[in-house]
Amino acid sequence: MLKIHQLHKSYPIGDSSLHVLKGIDLNVEEGEMVAIMGSSGSGKSTLLNIIGMLDEADSGEYILDELPIKNLTEKKAAVYRNKFLGFIFQSFNLINYKNALENVALPLYYQGLKRKERQEKAMYHLGKVGLADWAKHLPKELSGGQKQRVAIARALAANPKLLLADEPTGALDTKTSYDIMAFIQQLNDEGKTILMVTHEEDIANMCKRIVRLKDGVIMEDVKVTQVRAEQYV
Amino acid sequence: MFKFLFDRDTWQEVFDSFSKNKLRSILTMVGVWWGILLLIGLLGSAKGLENSFNRLFGSFATNSVFVWGQSTSKPFKGFQEGRQVRLSLTDAKKVEKNVEGIEFLVPRNQNQAIVVRNFLSSSFSINGDYPLLDQVQKKKLIHGRFINQNDIDDNKKVVVISEDAYKQLFEKDEMPIGEYIEINKINFKVVGMFENGNVNMGPTSDMHIPFTTFQQIYNQGDRIGWMMITGKPEYDIKQIEEDAKLLLKNLNKIHPKDTRAFGSFNLGKEFAKITGFLTGMQFLTWFVGIATLIAGVFAIGNILLITVKERTKEIGVRRALGATPFEIKRQIVVEAVFLTIVAGIFGIITGGWILILLDHFFGQGEDAAIVNASVSIGVVFIALVILVVLGTLIGLIPAFKATSIKPIEALREE
Repeated sequence: MLKIHQLHKSYPIGDSSLHVLKGIDLNVEEGEMVAIMGSSGSGKSTLLNIIGMLDEADSGEYILDELPIKNLTEKKAAVYRNKFLGFIFQSFNLINYKNALENVALPLYYQGLKRKERQEKAMYHLGKVGLADWAKHLPKELSGGQKQRVAIARALAANPKLLLADEPTGALDTKTSYDIMAFIQQLNDEGKTILMVTHEEDIANMCKRIVRLKDGVIMEDVKVTQVRAEQYV
Repeated sequence: MFKFLFDRDTWQEVFDSFSKNKLRSILTMVGVWWGILLLIGLLGSAKGLENSFNRLFGSFATNSVFVWGQSTSKPFKGFQEGRQVRLSLTDAKKVEKNVEGIEFLVPRNQNQAIVVRNFLSSSFSINGDYPLLDQVQKKKLIHGRFINQNDIDDNKKVVVISEDAYKQLFEKDEMPIGEYIEINKINFKVVGMFENGNVNMGPTSDMHIPFTTFQQIYNQGDRIGWMMITGKPEYDIKQIEEDAKLLLKNLNKIHPKDTRAFGSFNLGKEFAKITGFLTGMQFLTWFVGIATLIAGVFAIGNILLITVKERTKEIGVRRALGATPFEIKRQIVVEAVFLTIVAGIFGIITGGWILILLDHFFGQGEDAAIVNASVSIGVVFIALVILVVLGTLIGLIPAFKATSIKPIEALREE
């Protein structure tokens, strides 16, 4: 469902430029759960941002679900993001003056759904992450794990084809991390395609495939036996 | 296109960001509030002053000019300079007939005379007048009537006296109508009494007697003291004055360039100075008010710009979730317009209160300095339209700022 061919990206630094991605080839099938690993500066976040249409590649092909992603206007990119992608961030990125339910309902608002429909859908997804009772609480009243669950519910609300997670457990302690991973695995079991950036080996091993990046090229791309997170919870 | 204005969520967003920054929002709104307050307060006061001027001059036809004869300063057609010029009724009739734009022309005469009643006597100015005077210099009659055509036709010995003259010649609470007073040893019957005006334009007038009677008792013949000319509203009184003078010079064989042969007092010109002052004040008010408004609106734009900077990350998240740049911009502009309008409406209301207070303290009684200080609905409407336009324009700056940051950069910001 995701095809990347010879993707290049460089950032200008002063007079010279930094070549971050030096020809990435990557195919991801539906239902896969891929961890992108690499030390900082390896280009893993840049790759995720390009896949997330938050950034654009200099050259190369990117096809998402048979749709070539190229020369997008801001507006078009926004529509695609809303329709195809769900984002999970390291720092959750919830809007702090909106309660859990409103946060989850936000992508649906930009889809142009009616208020009632939004509330219902958002409530359903909050229920799925086990936070139905916390719907009216503001982010500051929630724990880190709960915040990330709200963020996951938000990412799922628009029913995206692809879930993108940027260090989803980076700001959480080990126990909560496994908790969140168990939940993400469950989503994958239900058929969601998931792409996550991480630098933690144990988290990467909970995925089904690990792609290792170094200096802008793929060093290794292996299928692994998934370690189930439930056993640690 | 404007559906979003009726969407509950739009306002929810506005309300959220407002209640999140209550103090800052209110401080911001103070600028616009103050601007509107100034605009309404000053415009209302200017209107009040104008009203009070109008009331003062209300009894006067303000587009009038007085013309009288003096002495020539240039020799002409065999006449020496220094010749006394006296206007005549014939002159007056010719001017009235030939000069364009004259509404009324009132020939007048005046003399000082000792007036005696019983044992009281005093010196007064006696005017010989036509009933027409009442049209151009409205007399507020307390008792009786003004001179009428009958009085003129029959050279009646009747007199209309001023309140001042009454006080000097009559006892308190005495009814003057029907009483006789002696002017130049001739008995006149009092037929009317008028109130002293607020402003005396031209020579003071204590008593009015029929023009024809005046001619007779003073042996005036055809001569008149001066003429009072009132122009039609659509004509320029200065032009009428010039035309009349030129014609009079011609009739009296006076050098056309002789500027001293006729004296004149142009009430229209004097009045124009005052109205010009009022217009200037109104212009100044608009200028100050709108400048303050602009400053206030800029303050709002400035605050929104800061807000946008603080909300960079939030805006990035929203865009990652699928908000188009247009939706982001629209939201910020709506916030700006909302803040300006709320502040503006508060300003209009408090400005109204100030006008009420002004009216309460300075607007009561006969000779109030400010009469009915008020602004029209039209002005309020214009002010609101200006606010909406300025609010929209100023909101565009932070709006474009907000979407100029790429979502990726916005998200990276911690």
